[in-house]
Amino acid sequence: MKKNTNINIKEIRKDFPILNRKVNGNDLIYFDNAATSQTPKVVIDSIVSYYSNYNSNIHRGVHALSQEATDAYENSRIKFQKHFNADNSFEIIFTSGTTHSINLVANGFKKILKSGDEIIISQLEHHSNIVPWQMLCEETGAKIKVIPIDHNGELVFSEFEKLLNSRTELVFVNHVSNALGIINPIKKIIDRAHEFNAIVLIDGAQATPHMKVDVLKLDVDFYVTSTHKICGPTGVGILYGKEKWLNKIPPFFGGGEMIDQVTFEKSTYAGLPNKFEAGTPNISGVIASGIGLDYMNSIGLENINKYESELLNYATKEMLLIEDLKIYGVSKEKTSVISFNVGEIHPYDIGSIVDKFGIATRTGQLCAQPIMDYFKIPGTIRVSFSFYNTKEEIDLFIKALHKAISMLS
Amino acid sequence: MKIKEIQEELIDEFAMFDDWVERYEYMIDLGKSLPLIESKYKTDDYLVSGCQSKVWVNAELIDNNIVFKADSDAIISKGIIAILIRVFSHHKPNEIIEASTDFIDEIGLKDHLSPNRANGLSSMIKQLKLYALAYQTKINDE
Repeated sequence: MKKNTNINIKEIRKDFPILNRKVNGNDLIYFDNAATSQTPKVVIDSIVSYYSNYNSNIHRGVHALSQEATDAYENSRIKFQKHFNADNSFEIIFTSGTTHSINLVANGFKKILKSGDEIIISQLEHHSNIVPWQMLCEETGAKIKVIPIDHNGELVFSEFEKLLNSRTELVFVNHVSNALGIINPIKKIIDRAHEFNAIVLIDGAQATPHMKVDVLKLDVDFYVTSTHKICGPTGVGILYGKEKWLNKIPPFFGGGEMIDQVTFEKSTYAGLPNKFEAGTPNISGVIASGIGLDYMNSIGLENINKYESELLNYATKEMLLIEDLKIYGVSKEKTSVISFNVGEIHPYDIGSIVDKFGIATRTGQLCAQPIMDYFKIPGTIRVSFSFYNTKEEIDLFIKALHKAISMLS
Repeated sequence: MKIKEIQEELIDEFAMFDDWVERYEYMIDLGKSLPLIESKYKTDDYLVSGCQSKVWVNAELIDNNIVFKADSDAIISKGIIAILIRVFSHHKPNEIIEASTDFIDEIGLKDHLSPNRANGLSSMIKQLKLYALAYQTKINDE
């Protein structure tokens, strides 16, 4: 690959212990990064260090360990506040993942929405950004309206504008489609929705690994993501919310840490962010997520983006040389994700064969059945690249793909 | 042939191959000889749940033996169900219910077809055995 990025791929790969392992006798080629990114050693070490040195419950104890754990946990919050350029650290809520974050917000609007109110989502959504709103609509009588996509997989903005009206209360769109990798014009969507006083939640799970997100510049009301996609461990999510909205919605879980006063007659809730962090949180996970964020930023999102674009362009070019290969999601604005099929071959068949060569891909509906229904396909094979992948790995994948096609044709 | 004998025959056949590519190719070939289900049965009612691909199975009782027919929209799944049907079809419900499925390990496909994988192997076995159980119950009631 041409050296026009500042990525030292050899050094970076040394940071990821898992890249040394073999799968089915071959070196692992991990192309399922959109599902979860791999974990650098510094993050793994931070979890070991937490349990070896200062494991204790946060916010409660006066003892040294509890203080150290609390400091590290809150320091992680400040890292994410700075990274997303939020006004206040208490506007960053730690959850168990994007799905939890979305459900927390959906639950919060149960008492606010009225029958007849409208919620706009897009056809590109992950199931996690569809089902919670359907549940919300069942309880409140609100209605879901869907922004359609065109044959390239891009949202039709003019149709979105037609859906907006005075009844529109909420708009939920993903920043990047998990199935197609297309980057949605969220700034335009947010601004237009705000003209109708609608509240906007952006699902950033597929965006945060690839680009800098500035919640203030975006003027977004809620922004959610999971840290296991940005070099962190599994089980930690981020919910950014504007202070005024976080104050307005009620807590999702009741329990310890989220209360101010408790009597048997009534409890009053703690302030932000504790109101939304009932019980003992995933302390080591949150701390490790902060370390993962630091690691990613030490490489630099701009460098990552540039390098991943090179991988995307190279793989796209090579794959399109294969007869009958069709890529779903065609846009200039794309992250390093390629969703495809070859002729009539079932994605599951290709995924199973390339797995035998040690190549991890995702197959099936990718938790985005409405997209598959739109294209009238049972699913796709998705390869998604990260900054530790290489052009050589793509070459081996193309070779495996050819073998799979010859076996299956 | 008894179920056990068919299983041993399959173990012998698969033992001829040196690597997974040949085993997979043979499995794909076996899929081509699968007794196909009539298209009217290719509906959601006959789908095996738990597979990433679609697998339809139907069973009929002919002279006290169960005869399975199936199809799939994926080639590997078709191979898997073909192997299972070759083993279980044309046997009495009781024999199918009681049959072991350890032969999967022995034909060298264990790593590839372990039950926790998304291939739905265990769902297919369960579905075939459920059909057998249903027919056995019917026979007992008569």
